[in-house]
Order: sequence, then C-alpha cells, then structure tokens
Amino acid sequence: MSAALDAALRTYTVTVNEQPCRVWEKGEGSPLVFLAGFGGLPRWTECLDHVAASRRVITPSLPGFPGSAAIGPLYTHLDWLLATRDLIAGAQLERCDLMGVSLGAALAADIAALWPDLVDRLVLVSALGLFDENDPSADPFAQRPDELPQLLCMHPERYVAHTALPEGTDPVEWTVAATRAKEAAARLLWPLGDTGLAGRLNRIGQETLLVWGAEDRIIPASYRARFASGISGRTQVEVIEGAGHLVDLDAPAKLVQRVDTFLSRAQS
Amino acid sequence: MKLLWFHLMPYTDLPEDFREKHPSVWVDIDSRLFDPVRAHTLYNDFIDELEYAAELGFDGVCVNEHHANGYGLMPSPNLIASALARSTRNAALCVMGNSLALYNPPLRVAEEMAMIDCISGGRLIAGFPLGTPMDTTFAYGQNPSTLREKYDEARRLILQAWTEPDPFTFNGKFTKLRYVNIWPRPIQRPHPPIWVPGGGARETWAMCAREGYVFAALSYFGFEASRGVLGGYWQEIERHGRQRNPFQAGYLQFVGVAETRTEAMALYREPAEYFYGRCLRVDPRYTAPPGYTTESSVRLAASQTRPLQGVSQFKDRAPTFQEILERGYLVAGEPDEVAARLRQIAADLNVGQLMLLLQFGNMDKALTRYNTRLFAERVMPQIADLFEGQWEDHWWPAGLKKPTSAEVV
Repeated sequence: MSAALDAALRTYTVTVNEQPCRVWEKGEGSPLVFLAGFGGLPRWTECLDHVAASRRVITPSLPGFPGSAAIGPLYTHLDWLLATRDLIAGAQLERCDLMGVSLGAALAADIAALWPDLVDRLVLVSALGLFDENDPSADPFAQRPDELPQLLCMHPERYVAHTALPEGTDPVEWTVAATRAKEAAARLLWPLGDTGLAGRLNRIGQETLLVWGAEDRIIPASYRARFASGISGRTQVEVIEGAGHLVDLDAPAKLVQRVDTFLSRAQS
Repeated sequence: MKLLWFHLMPYTDLPEDFREKHPSVWVDIDSRLFDPVRAHTLYNDFIDELEYAAELGFDGVCVNEHHANGYGLMPSPNLIASALARSTRNAALCVMGNSLALYNPPLRVAEEMAMIDCISGGRLIAGFPLGTPMDTTFAYGQNPSTLREKYDEARRLILQAWTEPDPFTFNGKFTKLRYVNIWPRPIQRPHPPIWVPGGGARETWAMCAREGYVFAALSYFGFEASRGVLGGYWQEIERHGRQRNPFQAGYLQFVGVAETRTEAMALYREPAEYFYGRCLRVDPRYTAPPGYTTESSVRLAASQTRPLQGVSQFKDRAPTFQEILERGYLVAGEPDEVAARLRQIAADLNVGQLMLLLQFGNMDKALTRYNTRLFAERVMPQIADLFEGQWEDHWWPAGLKKPTSAEVV
C-alpha cells in the first residue's frame, strides 16, 4: 500500500544526531515498536497492517534507511544503540513491546538488554548479531545485485516490489537512498554481522518470541538454539515454513498470527 | 614528460581454463594455484626487470599494493621498493601503495616510507591510494562505509608525523596516540611528493587539487576510459584556481613494442589475452560493497545512462585481442607508431607522468626485456621532451635534483 495514500498512517520526525528520521504510526491500542530489516521501510507493508489491526505500531526509520537523509556520525555499536534508543524515546513511550527483523532484531535485542524498563515483550525475527566461525552466516554484502533478493526472501519478487521505486519519487534520489540503506546496514554489520550481542544475551530478561524463516539463507539453523539458550527470559521459538530471512515480506500473515498469539498469551 | 616503468607482478601460471573453472582472481582465488617455488623465480625475475628498466634510463619504477590477488603479488610494495632502493641509483621509486586505512596505526606507513626515502637518498614518491574494494573491504575487512574517512584521517596523521618536529598527540576517530614521534624521518622536506591513484570519485580529484597531489588515473581500460576521469580532474583543478600543470597528473598505459607491427601483434597477443581474460576475472560480488562508492558518485552514475565501465563490463566474457587493441587498452606496434600514439595520448589527456606496463599478463623475462629495451632506445627519445621546459615538475622526488645516493661498495 502506498504510504502517501493511507489516511490512517501518521507521520512525524524525530531528530537523532541532528538527522531528522521519519516515524510512521498506525493503529490503536498497546504500543509495539517495529525495527525493520535490510532495506528498511521504503514503503508501508502488509505485515505492518496486520500488526496495526490490533495495536498501535510505531516504525522509526533508523539513520541511513529510507525516511532519513544520512547515516550521520555512527561509528561504534554504542552510537547505533543510543540512536535507536533516542528514536524510540521520540515516540513518547514509557514502555512498549519491541519487534525487530534481521538487523532490526539485532538492535532490538540490545535495546531490551540495556534498557529493560523500556521493553515489555520482545519479538526477534531472523535476528542478526551473532557469528559462529564454524557455521558462518552468509555475507549479505558480497552479492551480485540480482542475487540479493533471492538471498533475503523465499519470494524474491516481494523484496523487489518492496524496494521498487515508490510512485512519485525521483528515480535518481531513490537509487541514492536505496544504496544508502545498504551502506547503513554495512556500517552497522560489516564484516561479519557480529555486534557482540552474544555477550549480552543473558541480560535479556524479557519474555521473548524468536521467529525464524525455515528457508533463511543468511542465518544457519544452529543460531536458533544460541539465541534461545542465551536469553535469560522465557523464550518461545517459532519456525515458519515457506519463509526466508525477511519473514515479514515472505509470510506476513503467518508471522503476525504468531506474534499476536505470543503477545496475548504473554499478556495473560 | 616523465616515464615510469610499472610492475604489477602478476602470477604468470594461472591455468588456461581459469575463467571457466574459477569465479575470481581476487579475494577467494584458489590458493592451490599458487606455487611458492615458482614465485621464488617470479619475484626475482620481476625485481630484475624493474632494475633493468632503471638501468635503461626510465625516470622512475613503480610498484603497487594488492591483497589476495592473482595478478598482483605485492601485498607489501615497500618490501620490493626497499630492495630497489639498494639496487638502483637514480630512478625515482614510485610506491603506488600503501592503502592508508589498512594500517594500524597508519604510522607504519610513515615509518616505512621514511626508511625507503632515507635508504634511496630521497627518491621516494609516496603513493596514497584509497585501495580497491576487493583489497580493502573484502581481503582486509575494512568497513566500506567509513573507509574514506579512515583513509583521510590516516593521511593527516602521516603528514603530521613527517613534518612535526616535536612529539605530538593524535586524537582521531580511528586512531588515538598519546605519543607520535617517528624515527626515521624522510630526507625530502617537507615530505616526499604524494601521488594518489584513483578513478572516478570526485572527492579524490578534489583532494588532489586542494592538497596539491598528483592524481594518477590507473585504469586498465585505456585512453578513452580515462578521458572522462582526467577531464573531471582538470575541471576540479581549475575550480581550485590551480594551473593545468601536466606534471600534476599521471596515466597508466599497457604498451607492446616490436620491430614491426606484425611482430608486435604476434608477440603481445598472448600476454594481453592472459591479462584481460584471466587476471581481470573478478567476481562482481566483490566489486561494489555498499558505501565504498561515494554518494555523489552514486548520484552521478544514477543520473547518467552509460555503458558499464571497468572490470564489470567483462564479467561474462573476456575481451578479444581485437577489442583490446581497438579500445586502446594496449598500445602495440613498431616504435615510431607507439611513440606517436603515446605522444598524442599524453598531450590529449595533459598528462606529464606516464606510467607504462611493459610487462603484463604472462609475459616472460626475455620478452619483457625486449619490450623494455625497444621502448627505452626507440620510443623514449621521441616522447621524453613533451612538456619539459614548459612546465615545472613540482611532484618529482627532491633527492633526484641533486643526487644524494650513498656510495654503496
């Protein structure tokens, strides 16, 4: 759905490191902050609509991703975490559920570990942040342009459609923005995607839903157990058939159904 | 015009079916193709060839830096340059590496280059490349998104280390040092001339124009491909209010000289096909890490519809020998026609530092010496006068103006 045509979508900006970052909000109810994966959110998604059906979903654009104009001075992982924390704070939330996909999940896990009072329940979808030399994750940066969609999605055409030129956008500036989104991911994750999260997983005391695409071509299956055993809070693992790394694009309905079940059960 | 003899030091024994069986000459090249005993011979042949060029009167000899690369056996060009500092007397030593962001701390570059300058009697040209994406981001794991900033910080540190007489403190984003005080210091004052090899990044042109460095268009794709690059550079020079002094620009050209054109075609076909077919087999996965290309270059490329440049155009097939010649990647022929062509290219590009690849691909030592000798004896005299007397070369090693080489017994 085109964000510009969606009257129910509320848009505002939060300034982080002097960079204005777009925040999209939709729906009513208890707040859930969503941190997107590779490519960011060049457009609203079906997955977010499903989430917004029963709660208030808040999607801040991380610096460098679509909805912001520059990566800015982010050099260390602490810089990234503070920027993410400031973005969430900009939504005026005292407490929220936090959901992240891919690189967004790597950040979400750290936010939950470092600011436990901010995060109620945690949903990590295809979480990056760990690296095992003996079972390495795939290199998302050493890819031919035509190979990336297949690496990220079981249905590559969905990634292509998700990142296609939005209507009414300058094609040159769109190319620049899409390239910048890839650079922002590299800034955060180069070269291995290891953010040092392994040493902080035990600080995550929140109840956590871990979702994996059964066909994830980036993260090996062995990483699932590392997250599940590393997190000190209660964890629930869901593996979704027919989904690759970006589960939110590959299987949005199935994903949100698992998320809804988890959040409502955890609530009770 | 200055004439510099440039060696890439290619491994000469990549198999004939390399293109079919191996996805890349770079980054993940199969190490089982490398025979260290063979490399013993190659390194010594290659150093002989550089020394031979210096003996025959080339103004300078060039070495450069590559990593995990089947066509460049010099991860450390400084090692070769230090050998040449001893075995040559007058030639400038043009070290077209080091990729500054790869060294931690980058003072290592300041120290080693100062050593080479001292050993050689002030003959060093300090090359400061950013480095290719294959070398820097994949083989050496640097973050492409911060590479340029790290490079620039390293450049400032090295210059300060060469010129600041007292110990100082350096508080950079990437390097923090309480005590900077290098020994030895370079002979050349305030520092050796700085040359920056590069391609189409406007930021690099602007840095050379602003700081007064030589910009060297190092492409394997000939005059036409470099015309736009050097044109952009000269515009940047003018924008900075500087003169279009040809000695502030360099250009690299493959050259094959023989007694006759027919002989040249017969002699240089195989090494040219070897280089463009096998050595430039680079997996596109490693050519464009996100962030390596500056945003202004991305914007420029996105706003233009132009054919693929560089190695990307040959990702699916090797160029034919005919294409290599027609597109000017290789200038080959009898001495007079080679001289006329090079004179025309240098004049057209306004380039006073001409770098020549007279060994390329799997060319053996005998043919390399033949090519080098014919060039020195029959081509050099026809082109060396270009720009001389009209412009002053402010970018040539100061040690050479009044030779100060130590007596070596």
